[in-house]
Amino acid sequence: MTEAIDAEGLIKRFGSTHALDGLDLRVTTGEVHGFLGPNGAGKTTTIRVLLGLMRADGGTARLLGGDPWTDATTLHKRLAYVPGDVTLWPSLSGGEVIDLLGRLRGGFDRKRRDELLSRFDLDPRKKGRAYSKGNRQKVALVAALASDVELLILDEPTSGLDPLMEQVFREVIREEKKRGDRTVLLSSHILSEVEALCDRITIIREGRAVETGTLREMRHLTRTSIQAELIGSPDGLPDLPGVHGFQLQNGRAVFDVDTDALEPALQALVKAGVRSLISQPPTLEELFLRQYQGVAK
Amino acid sequence: MTGWELTGVGQLIRLIVRRDRMLFPLWVVVLGLVPVGYVASFNGLFPTAADRQHYADISVHNAGFVALYGQLSGSSIGELVAWRAGFLPVLVALFSLLTVIRHTRTDEETGRTELIRATVVGRNAQLAAALIVTVVANLVLGLILCVAMIGQGLSAGGSLVFGAEFAVAGWAFTAVGAVAAQLTSSARSARSIAIAVLGLAWVLRLAGDISAIGTGSVAWLSWISPIGWVQHAFPYAGNNWWPILLTTLFTIAAGRLATVLLGRRDFGAGLFPDRLGPASAAPGLRTPLALAWRLHRGLLLGWTSGFAALGLIFGAVADSVSDLTKDSSAMSEVFARIGGGNAIVDSYLGSTAGILGLVAAGYAIQSTLRLREEETTGHTEVLLSEPVGRLRWAGGHLLFALLGPAVVLAVAGLTEGLTYGLIDGAVGHEISRGLGSTIAQLPAIWVLAAVATVLVGLLPRLSAVAWGVLTVCLLVLLVGTTLQFSQWVLDISPFTHIPHLPGGPASATPFIALTVVAAGLAAIGLTGLRRRDIPA
Repeated sequence: MTEAIDAEGLIKRFGSTHALDGLDLRVTTGEVHGFLGPNGAGKTTTIRVLLGLMRADGGTARLLGGDPWTDATTLHKRLAYVPGDVTLWPSLSGGEVIDLLGRLRGGFDRKRRDELLSRFDLDPRKKGRAYSKGNRQKVALVAALASDVELLILDEPTSGLDPLMEQVFREVIREEKKRGDRTVLLSSHILSEVEALCDRITIIREGRAVETGTLREMRHLTRTSIQAELIGSPDGLPDLPGVHGFQLQNGRAVFDVDTDALEPALQALVKAGVRSLISQPPTLEELFLRQYQGVAK
Repeated sequence: MTGWELTGVGQLIRLIVRRDRMLFPLWVVVLGLVPVGYVASFNGLFPTAADRQHYADISVHNAGFVALYGQLSGSSIGELVAWRAGFLPVLVALFSLLTVIRHTRTDEETGRTELIRATVVGRNAQLAAALIVTVVANLVLGLILCVAMIGQGLSAGGSLVFGAEFAVAGWAFTAVGAVAAQLTSSARSARSIAIAVLGLAWVLRLAGDISAIGTGSVAWLSWISPIGWVQHAFPYAGNNWWPILLTTLFTIAAGRLATVLLGRRDFGAGLFPDRLGPASAAPGLRTPLALAWRLHRGLLLGWTSGFAALGLIFGAVADSVSDLTKDSSAMSEVFARIGGGNAIVDSYLGSTAGILGLVAAGYAIQSTLRLREEETTGHTEVLLSEPVGRLRWAGGHLLFALLGPAVVLAVAGLTEGLTYGLIDGAVGHEISRGLGSTIAQLPAIWVLAAVATVLVGLLPRLSAVAWGVLTVCLLVLLVGTTLQFSQWVLDISPFTHIPHLPGGPASATPFIALTVVAAGLAAIGLTGLRRRDIPA
């Protein structure tokens, strides 16, 4: 399999702050890749390096097989980008911006453009300054999605969209996914969106990738929450390696357990006698929160 | 204070002072102190009353001087200084209107106002805060000037009028800026409107004053211009307070108009509603250059019509200038000394071309800094994520910095030559002289545009310093010779190197040298732009 994006050890400094501190990011051709991280983690900086807008101070980056800095102009024919904070030229109408951006990229599908406009319920005649944040976002989305490109780089594309439009966005991305040859890098804060759309996920924090893989793989690396009503006393369970936050109240045990320590923990429960058992796999949100708060790695 | 809806105005005033803590001292103190230098230099140049009288006799009928500085009332040192400082109130007015718009419409357009208005802040508080701060800044400027002039040994009464002249000039255009900020939803248009009003006021003053030293047929034009009013205060001569009072009343009326307009419009909107645009782009809108044309065409049109009007007025006035030579025989000799030209009309046309050149340099800098503006607003990021190289993007805007001033100067030279030519009967001859004198300014303008390019390319956060460079050139023109700066100071301004045309000796060397310097600087700036992060 080829890599649409292959970045290794990216370093970017702004003065004394390290925006990127050895970031690795690999996006395989044809996948939708979720790019998660708290505000200021370096998501936008990474994207700007990949677009050749900024030059990394260290590390290597390949984009669609080329060098993002030196080959910027030629590579950009094959990608489309939606920035996180879309600003439009105040005096140009939305339709004009969509057409201009499509033509600069070397042409676009007119029918597709009009179809997207109606699906996103966007009036292309309004001037840039008259659009709300969500509508500006839609202009950029239509401009990017109407082009027949190999790679879509979307930086928090649904911020400002209402839930209905968010659904439209998901549908469109799913359709793109079905084509199989389009790669999407989706930076997002909306976990349900990432969970619904993304094949693989990279979580970054303080300029470094802290987790990467499929959601299933990530869950494997983390803890399961257990709630059990016990008959007897769970001797030794709290001291097992991999068991965290054990609490026992009126015969009800609540704890988290590392996935690879699940078996000894369950055996200890069985030994004590189980009346009921609830086991919950970690949600993406929990994965996310744990990484954000930097509790454990 | 209910009813006035001024809750929170104190906090907002502190915010403005905090944000502009570097800017206020710059223009308030510098503009307040510039005239101080004139006192010493006039004392040095013309030590006796007879010297001053002689100089005043010549200057009072010098149309170039009257165009720039206004009418001269007499030959005392105070009168000479106040007259020579006649262009400074225009600068005070300019800084005042820019300040007000920056703290009203710019904030509203960028969304900062929304953040503030959602807190416990009255409807009029923001406008009031901007007005109060700017009015007080002008008051301080006037006081600095007044105290400094008294310190130079000039009369207290005259110094007070002198200070008041500067302060109320700033006040009037503080209020004009506040009105303009209510009219359109974009700060850029608001600035254009307010600056156009200032330009109109100045041109009316100029035409009226020049007419007043000649036939006087349109001398009344000065009386419909706030800039004309303040200059008729005549410090150290008539010490007229009524123009000061008139301008103050104008300020109150315009300020009141601004608050009424503010109450009538929606938040974020102007009085002129936004119209719908086309649903699809015209076929031609497919290149960065085509986009640049869309973004620059309004500006080009505005500047072109402004310069056409200036040329028209300058040309119409040139005739009354040529009449002056008939009255005085001593004039031509003096003019050779002051202006460097031979004939009085040449000197006049040369000085108007110099003014036009500096103003057009403002246009060049404005167009160049559009690069930075596009970058900070995020537009550049979108364009560069397309298959658009940085030089192609920058080139579109720089083309307008390069050729825009050429167009407006040519138009001004053309209308100036045409109107004067129609009067003196030699249309072709005058058009070529007019065109030559204005176009000659271009290489110096390009140097300033190139300096702005260097800033954008290498020190993007300091891009606005380009305006400082222009201000230095303007001060060199306005006060350089009067204050007898050393030659190297004068040489800082590229305009110093432009030969005086028409009439002066013209060699190609300075033009070529300046163009080469401009090209070199532009290359450095563009190299920096290619290498740096965007946005930076």
